Amino acid sequence: MKIIVCVKQVPDSAAAMSVEDGKISWGDAPLVINPWDEYAVEAALRLTEAQGGDVIALSLGDENAKEAIKHALAMGCSEAILVNDPAMAGADTQAVARVLAAAIQKIGGADIVVFGKQAIDSDVGATPSMVARLLGWPAVTLVSEIVECTQSEIKASRAMEEGRQQVAAELPVVLSIVKDYGEPRYPSFMGIRKAARASVPEWTVADTGIDLPSAVVTWPNVMAPPEREVTNEIIEGSNPEEIAAKLADKIMEEKVL
Amino acid sequence: MDFELNQEQRMWQNTVHDFCDQHIRPYAAEFDEKAEPMKMTFRKMGALGLLALNIPEEFGGAGMDAVSAAIAIDELGYADGGTALSIAAHNGLGCAPISMFGSQMQKEEWLPGLSSGESGLGALALTEPGAGSDLVRGLSTRAELDGDSWVINGSKAWITNASLAPVIITLCRTDPEAGTAGFSLILVPSGTPGLHIHPSEKKMGVRSSPTHALTFENVRVPAANVLGEAGQGLYQTLQILDGGRISIGALSLGIARAALDEAIRYAKERELFGKQLADLQATRFKLADCQVEIDAAQLLVYRAAWLKEEGKPFTREAAIAKLYATEMAERVCREAIQILGSYGYSREYPVERMYRDARLMTIGEGTSEVQRMVIAKRVISG
Ligand SMILES: Cc1cc2nc3c(=O)[nH]c(=O)nc-3n(C[C@H](O)[C@H](O)[C@H](O)COP(=O)(O)OP(=O)(O)OC[C@H]3O[C@@H](n4cnc5c(N)ncnc54)[C@H](O)[C@@H]3O)c2cc1C
Ligand SMILES: Cc1cc2nc3c(=O)[nH]c(=O)nc-3n(C[C@H](O)[C@H](O)[C@H](O)COP(=O)(O)OP(=O)(O)OC[C@H]3O[C@@H](n4cnc5c(N)ncnc54)[C@H](O)[C@@H]3O)c2cc1C
Repeated sequence: MKIIVCVKQVPDSAAAMSVEDGKISWGDAPLVINPWDEYAVEAALRLTEAQGGDVIALSLGDENAKEAIKHALAMGCSEAILVNDPAMAGADTQAVARVLAAAIQKIGGADIVVFGKQAIDSDVGATPSMVARLLGWPAVTLVSEIVECTQSEIKASRAMEEGRQQVAAELPVVLSIVKDYGEPRYPSFMGIRKAARASVPEWTVADTGIDLPSAVVTWPNVMAPPEREVTNEIIEGSNPEEIAAKLADKIMEEKVL
Repeated sequence: MDFELNQEQRMWQNTVHDFCDQHIRPYAAEFDEKAEPMKMTFRKMGALGLLALNIPEEFGGAGMDAVSAAIAIDELGYADGGTALSIAAHNGLGCAPISMFGSQMQKEEWLPGLSSGESGLGALALTEPGAGSDLVRGLSTRAELDGDSWVINGSKAWITNASLAPVIITLCRTDPEAGTAGFSLILVPSGTPGLHIHPSEKKMGVRSSPTHALTFENVRVPAANVLGEAGQGLYQTLQILDGGRISIGALSLGIARAALDEAIRYAKERELFGKQLADLQATRFKLADCQVEIDAAQLLVYRAAWLKEEGKPFTREAAIAKLYATEMAERVCREAIQILGSYGYSREYPVERMYRDARLMTIGEGTSEVQRMVIAKRVISG
């Protein structure tokens, strides 16, 4: 089984974000693998551990994306490819999806392409569906459990607000994975060593065999949300029951519930 | 000369840090209080390679360089001194001797289970009620050949991980006439009849690391259980301890870093005399001094580890690193308590535990006095 997992490099979730001249900045905070994509890598690895086969990590990004790729390799992916093209600056989701789909086709022979649920920086969450549409493959999004997977079919549980849904789809298929899937593994020392020594081929958009896609969405204005005023109030009482009752009253009074 | 960790070492450091932050640090206070080892994390550590710091790849090990091994122990020390001690002892005292001196069969029998954490943690039994620093004169545990078995009688004291270990490597006197050439390290499986493992010692610190007294009553193990050649035990022990010293230095570094981080955090929060504690010059100087000492210790630990990795002599450097880093950790923890004031003295804050944990480090695996003896000998004779 051949599985491709798409990973993105994002600012650490602990980074302080700000907007400067209509551009988002995270200062010099380190870039890390998109946390959701660690679940995607975990799912891809578990599938090949059960089925045999290889996992290839794919990322579109600049030099900085190498950290995300190395992390995926250290977790156990056997190869990685970086699509690095300065002309992609200013890209939108459909442009990103077109390049990823083209790269997936160029790699060829994939049975499953796994995505994270969304990227924690731009939070669009549409890349997996768009890539599936471009490839003409079924998309099974928000997967919380892979119930069964054979060489030709996959049965999975989807986690939605309303509950769980079981779906089946034929391979090849695009999946996006949510946290309920299970904790991603830590890289082992041997994985890290392999990753540190791996050479990661870099492709331009032209190498994937398509013309440079142009963005259709623009961001005319980006602003920071207004700062919220926060006040603290410690609720006191002689016993936990009394404190709980006061807290409940307060919550009702403030119309939080 | 290069003072930077390489990419591999940096990734390893981040990984171990994240792992400890999630699986060890949050439980440190609880397991100190209960005086129990964090058994639930050992297997998880195995998957990362934390239990195979000194094991070659063909036996399930990570084939790790000595600097990466020191980094791992440093990060464990940052999270919990007790757990770090058990893991340091497992790797440096329990696994390293088998890796270094064991036969192919001994390696195959013990290393895979130890490196995955499936069979437990490793242990090395040198110290006795009557022999610590002076093993040569004091050691009285006796192993005698009877047909094709060793029969062991005697007692050991202060043995880390003994209750968790599948096998206890035991230093025995095998030829009382032969002086320093009369010792052997013998592998004693922990279920062997006649081996009694006593309840955990009640300790001041490193309480999540179990320490036990042992009694050997006609304990019979195959003659083939000797590690390497009979008669080499003392020389092997000295080599093992050289590596262990780097590890205890690294552990102390981790504890000191953790204590300094707590002190800095508190100093930035606490207000007094209309200022932040961190704005008062007396505090700032303390924090600066702590950082200087930590950096100096780190360089010494890394130097010793680097020499070990290069296959160069490192006995002197390991002793220097251990001596300085362990005494430094106690000073830094002391200053951290001072900065936190009454809170520092409270069990509600972690620096009190760190201080108790750090205190062990100038005693275990060769006391400060013994390190000074080792260093002085080499300083004076050149
Ligand atoms: C204001 C603003 C400005 C932006 N400017 C730029 C820009 O200049 N250049 C630019 O490249 N992007 C830019 N983007 C981001 C770009 O639009 C997103 O990368 C793209 O829309 C994908 O959406 P997402 O990141 O929200 O991914 P989602 O759809 O939320 O991600 C879902 C999954 O898709 C996969 N995925 C997403 N992106 C990649 C990737 N690059 N490589 C591999 N896998 C991926 C991951 O598995 C991820 O978990 C900008 C976004 C905003 C909001
Ligand atoms: C928590 C813990 C875990 C341990 N784990 C292990 C283990 O896993 N395996 C193991 O074998 N042992 C272990 N030990 C034992 C430890 O290694 C010994 O305690 C240590 O070597 C010191 O020996 P001792 O306690 O017998 O002290 P002694 O050797 O009796 O020393 C008493 C004092 O005399 C000083 N001294 C010694 N020689 C001189 C000298 N020449 N000049 C001046 N002063 C001197 C010492 O520094 C010390 O201050 C552990 C101990 C503790 C507390």
